[in-house]
Amino acid sequence: MIIAVPAEEKSLDSAICVSFGRAPVYCLYDTEKETSTFLDNKAAEAPGGAGIQAAQFLADQKIDSLITFRLGENASNVLSAANISMLKAPNLSIADTIANFLEGKLSSLNEVHPGFHHGH
Amino acid sequence: MGTKATIAVLSGKGGTGKTLVSVNLAAVAANATYIDCDTEEPNGHIFIKPTIVGEYVVTEPKPVVNQDLCDGCRTCVDACAFNALALIGKNLLIFDEICHSCGLCTYICPKGALREEQRPLGIVKRGRKNGMTFLSGEMNVGESSAVPIIKALMREQSTDLVIIDSPPGSGCLVTETVGNADFCLLVAEPTIFGAHNLAMAHDLVTLMGKPSAVLLNKTQEGENPSEIYAKEHGLKIIGSLPYDEHLALLSSDGHLAVEEDEHYHTYFKELLEAITKEARHASDSDPQR
Repeated sequence: MIIAVPAEEKSLDSAICVSFGRAPVYCLYDTEKETSTFLDNKAAEAPGGAGIQAAQFLADQKIDSLITFRLGENASNVLSAANISMLKAPNLSIADTIANFLEGKLSSLNEVHPGFHHGH
Repeated sequence: MGTKATIAVLSGKGGTGKTLVSVNLAAVAANATYIDCDTEEPNGHIFIKPTIVGEYVVTEPKPVVNQDLCDGCRTCVDACAFNALALIGKNLLIFDEICHSCGLCTYICPKGALREEQRPLGIVKRGRKNGMTFLSGEMNVGESSAVPIIKALMREQSTDLVIIDSPPGSGCLVTETVGNADFCLLVAEPTIFGAHNLAMAHDLVTLMGKPSAVLLNKTQEGENPSEIYAKEHGLKIIGSLPYDEHLALLSSDGHLAVEEDEHYHTYFKELLEAITKEARHASDSDPQR
């Protein structure tokens, strides 16, 4: 399976990015191949709807789980439609977060926020 | 007064006195139209107390998908400038509150699977008070953008002199009111925050090529950052309205100062004359008008 984590930098030592939709990069970890790749998030600079675009992007990458600190309602709806499970991020590096995931230590993300949409 | 002018009263930030100035200017004028464009929290009616004579619902179009016709080609998702659409498998998800009702997705869908449906967004009210025409927009709770309501208000029939009580800020809603104005009256507080948002509003009206002046509200002894900004940036100071507890109390009780206090009647009458003079100058020197 493939898991995704929003990251500050393209490094396994990077911290998890507090924002889902506007994270600069995503770390995608393939549990079978035990490989990690970093992909730029094109939605990071979107004027609006970043969460939706980012969720679409990750759904297109066929990920199975997302580990994040927080998630907006719209992004959550896209991920749910794609049957992607959402897990609560621990305050650890990307590498340690993946290790925690593999040990089954992460719990599911139960809260979504209504979004931090800009005014028009 | 006989002057044909549309005056937008704006401020950058909320709470500077836009409504106080707008309703009192409209009240001292003969046969003015007052338009309350603060659709998230319209309050001009509290002061003007108009008799409402008409009301209608403003709608905006939102795309609706026919999943039987959609083949998941994704053209609409890729084209949407606002990221209001997502495609999971063959299931098209539409996010109404992100959608700006531009109509592009419906237009370009190769299968004709999208159509637009009108959704209620808010209401426009029309009223009368003595010789004054009163217009007010009110957005439904939970909606995010009142632009179509402001556009509807701007299309309403008005008298020669129009006072637009703009929404706070300097975003899309304010560009709609400023775009329709001959002259912009900026209302500013004597604070650093006030001066910062005055600068944003001033930048906007300058960018849009509109003549403007600032009214310094709630002035007190000591330094006024908004006054300093105006002087440094060549923004005309059209007047000052010193902080006055009596005026604050009149407003908090929903009274029109010009009806309760002779001093304020004279003050706003003179301010209106100064503004219409500026607006007239501006339109005389503008060859496009």
